[in-house]
Amino acid sequence: MDGFPILSVMLAVPAIAAIACLFLSAEGARWTALIATFIDLALGILLWLNFDIGGAQWQFVEQGIRLGFFSWNLGIDGFALMLIMLSVFLMPICIGASWRSVTTRVPEYMAAFLLTEVLMIGTFAAQDLFLFYLFFEAGLIPMYLIIGIWGGANRIYASYKFFLYTLLGSLLMLVAMLYMAGTAGTSSIPALQAYDFPAGVQTWLWLAFFASFAVKMPMWPVHTWLPDAHVQAPTAGSVILAGVLLKLGGYGFLRFSLPMFPEASGELTWLIFGLSAVAVIYTSLVALVQADMKKLIAYSSVAHMAIVTIGLFAFNRQGIEGAMIMMLSHGLVSGALFLCVGVIYDRLHTREIARYGGLSINMPRYAILFLFFTMASIGLPGTSGFVAEFLALMGTYQVSTWTALLCTTSIILGAAYMLYLYRRVAYGEIPSDEVRAMPDLSSRELWLMAPIAAVVLWMGVYPESFLAPMRKDVAVLLQRIDRAAPASDSRPTAGNPAAAAAHGAEHAPKHEATPGEAH
Amino acid sequence: MDYAANLAMTLPELVLGVGAVALMLVAAWGGSGSTRAVSWAAVAILLGAGIALTGPAGSGGVAFDGLYRADAFSTFAKVLIYGATAVAILMAPAFFQRTSGDDLRPEYPVLLLLSATGMGIMVSASDMLTLYVGLELQSLSAYVLASFMRRDTRSAEAGLKYFVLGALASGILLYGISLVYGFSGTTQFDAIAGAYATANRSMGLLFGLVFVFAGLAFKMSAVPFHMWTPDVYEGAPTPVTAFFASAPKVAAVALGVRVAIEAMGPALVEWRQIVIFAALASILLGAVAAIGQTNIKRLLAYSSINNVGFALIGLAAGTPEGVAGVMTYLAIYVVMTLGSFLVVLQMRDVAGQPVEAIDSLAGMSRTRPALAAAMAIFMFSLAGIPPLFGFYAKFAVFSAAVDAGLFPLAAVGIAASTIGAYYYLRVVKTMYFDEPATAFVKGDEGPLAGGLIALSAVVISPLGYLLIPALAAWSIAAARSLF
Repeated sequence: MDGFPILSVMLAVPAIAAIACLFLSAEGARWTALIATFIDLALGILLWLNFDIGGAQWQFVEQGIRLGFFSWNLGIDGFALMLIMLSVFLMPICIGASWRSVTTRVPEYMAAFLLTEVLMIGTFAAQDLFLFYLFFEAGLIPMYLIIGIWGGANRIYASYKFFLYTLLGSLLMLVAMLYMAGTAGTSSIPALQAYDFPAGVQTWLWLAFFASFAVKMPMWPVHTWLPDAHVQAPTAGSVILAGVLLKLGGYGFLRFSLPMFPEASGELTWLIFGLSAVAVIYTSLVALVQADMKKLIAYSSVAHMAIVTIGLFAFNRQGIEGAMIMMLSHGLVSGALFLCVGVIYDRLHTREIARYGGLSINMPRYAILFLFFTMASIGLPGTSGFVAEFLALMGTYQVSTWTALLCTTSIILGAAYMLYLYRRVAYGEIPSDEVRAMPDLSSRELWLMAPIAAVVLWMGVYPESFLAPMRKDVAVLLQRIDRAAPASDSRPTAGNPAAAAAHGAEHAPKHEATPGEAH
Repeated sequence: MDYAANLAMTLPELVLGVGAVALMLVAAWGGSGSTRAVSWAAVAILLGAGIALTGPAGSGGVAFDGLYRADAFSTFAKVLIYGATAVAILMAPAFFQRTSGDDLRPEYPVLLLLSATGMGIMVSASDMLTLYVGLELQSLSAYVLASFMRRDTRSAEAGLKYFVLGALASGILLYGISLVYGFSGTTQFDAIAGAYATANRSMGLLFGLVFVFAGLAFKMSAVPFHMWTPDVYEGAPTPVTAFFASAPKVAAVALGVRVAIEAMGPALVEWRQIVIFAALASILLGAVAAIGQTNIKRLLAYSSINNVGFALIGLAAGTPEGVAGVMTYLAIYVVMTLGSFLVVLQMRDVAGQPVEAIDSLAGMSRTRPALAAAMAIFMFSLAGIPPLFGFYAKFAVFSAAVDAGLFPLAAVGIAASTIGAYYYLRVVKTMYFDEPATAFVKGDEGPLAGGLIALSAVVISPLGYLLIPALAAWSIAAARSLF
């Protein structure tokens, strides 16, 4: 792979295809988009195969031209590799999911999706602070158009809310970035990860980055844009939003907040833990009472993302690995759940749970897949969700017993709202003739979901494939942040056998020897 | 220094001034029939003035015993001014042909040339009196231009309003200049700076500073001296509005920068407070007041107020990087705003009459996709969303403000740009999300307007980033010449 700029090519392919789509017919645009995303998937697989596990921290590095304030520097580590894989894996599925359901302005739609892919890959591959910002922020434009043009009835409100919420967060981050580049004299991310900002400054910078990533994540209480955006977005838009765009926040914490501001991260862990614990319990309870399927899954996303944040800020290997697996797992599972909603929405044109029922009778294949993804979302052993939750919560337990206790309720509450959803949709009597007339999955729909199911199972049974590329990066990160790790709140005593043995023999004299001791 | 050298340094103004007078004679004898020829000749004269900048006029230094200065800074501003003026000339004929009855008369390009002369003198002024003469030449032409559609009452009202308030502002400025002169004993920038640098300067100098800045703020249409802007922009013929929003804006801001740095540089702490207030107030008011607008020209008027606020953030930094940021901002802003107005000129109803309601843009993405895409690029760029070029403009000024340690200013200013994003998004929403309106008919831009729109859209698109190395080097060179 020496010399071949594979990351730039991965950016160029969808970019060129996006422009081409604008000049094509609807059918031409569909095929162009599908082929382009498959090429990127193939390139992604090539990337993974050629990734030297345990090798250099930054691989496939490209040092490009410098344009005034940023350099075209690309390169990936294990974290970025996994998230790029997630993006390129979900993109063909998104295009396929929109094959029949999007009928208006298809060329623009496909162009917007391809543009989103460029920006996602760019965000993960950028090695320059401002290049990262460009990609990170530019993602707003295509997503705004996707929600606003092809969304549901209340799409305009949702698109504004999505855009302005995330913009406000990111702009504060920009001010922090300007300061960092000015102080450190470089905008290279690897260099900044090794630069030590004074502790007092770190807190401010951390908060500015937090403003952006917390919104993107989204964390309670700035999560309110997410349910609106999800509900109104078209199916594929929801898939990409839940699948990849929500991961930008977690990736940001991992790439910027932790390694660049370790002291501030250590000090403000209580904030992350507190907000995450609230998020888990509150949004899970909110999810329980939703009448709209997409909204329910959106709230469950907030709860799952809270597990990511506590894992990241546990400052230990299990926590960080669990958080990464949670991001990957949630990207696949919630994406698949949105596809499941999309399948029945395409048939009945409603997302209201009460309108459905008994789908296991007339749509058995659908019911099986839906059940599988429901279980994966709950975190059943054997699926990716279990690995993720187990690792993240175990890591957290070492730091904060209370947080782990509160966040573990997510497993119970998650089971409650997901199974309740499944019962209402798949079991019981078929409520109407319309529902009875719904056909089972077509082969296209089956082919959209089967690969996701396979990967979810793979990640659940043999997570080593996904953990191996990240192992060294976690070690590097831990080495960097270890000095600021927060103290654990549980203080297990190692036991004191000597004292216990001496206890019986010397009880009386010792008691008398220390009369001042309070009893 | 002999006269030849002095005249060589003022060559662009000479070319423009002589050219304007000559074309005025052509217009007087040629009548309305000569409009087309006069227009193209005016563009050629602007081009000639631009070429003249490559000689001593571009970097010659002080001319006429310190009344006039030809340096990299003035050259940068003049290139923007001449370019914007040329576009304003080129976009006019099609507009006036369509508006009922009133064909374009050849005085229009002549007045623009005279205005450009005045603006050139403004940005080159290194003496309060040169400054005032240039400003008045520019303003007097602008008053006439605002009311150029004689039979349109809105246009006449705009001209009158502009004149009355402009005269008031000139008075304030002149009062400030007289105070500065009275307490420093000189009108030359360098000598004034010396007076401000003395240890115990008198209160009169500070009063002079405040009044000078108030007068300049009016010309830039910075809050709280912005009230005339929406009315004048709405009433004036659209090509004239496009001109007002671009070239005079550049001239006024550049003039303000020169006065602040060269004449009043030692009083940085004092004027910084004024500039910071004006910047934040302009950003906030420009953004909030734009939300309720239904007329696209009024919207762009508030947008220009908003943008001046951002440009002033660079000035508040008071560093060479800050001034370079201001100039970068102006350069990109001029392209964005001219592009937007070129699109606005394409808005017309079934009868071919121009329409200005934002609602009439509805569904334009389906009736005229290319035009809508260009407008969307301009709007996202004005909102400062990456990867469009408008982001770099904001980046440059905020970067300078952060480097100068003005963190609260940067944080508040940038947060307020979210409010601005809202109304730019509204235009995109109207074009892309709403059902097509019947008022907006299909049509053709024509090669000239189409080409100009395409050119500005390409510059504003991410491809514009390729210009950054050149733009950055040029703007920092311009800024350095002031320090």
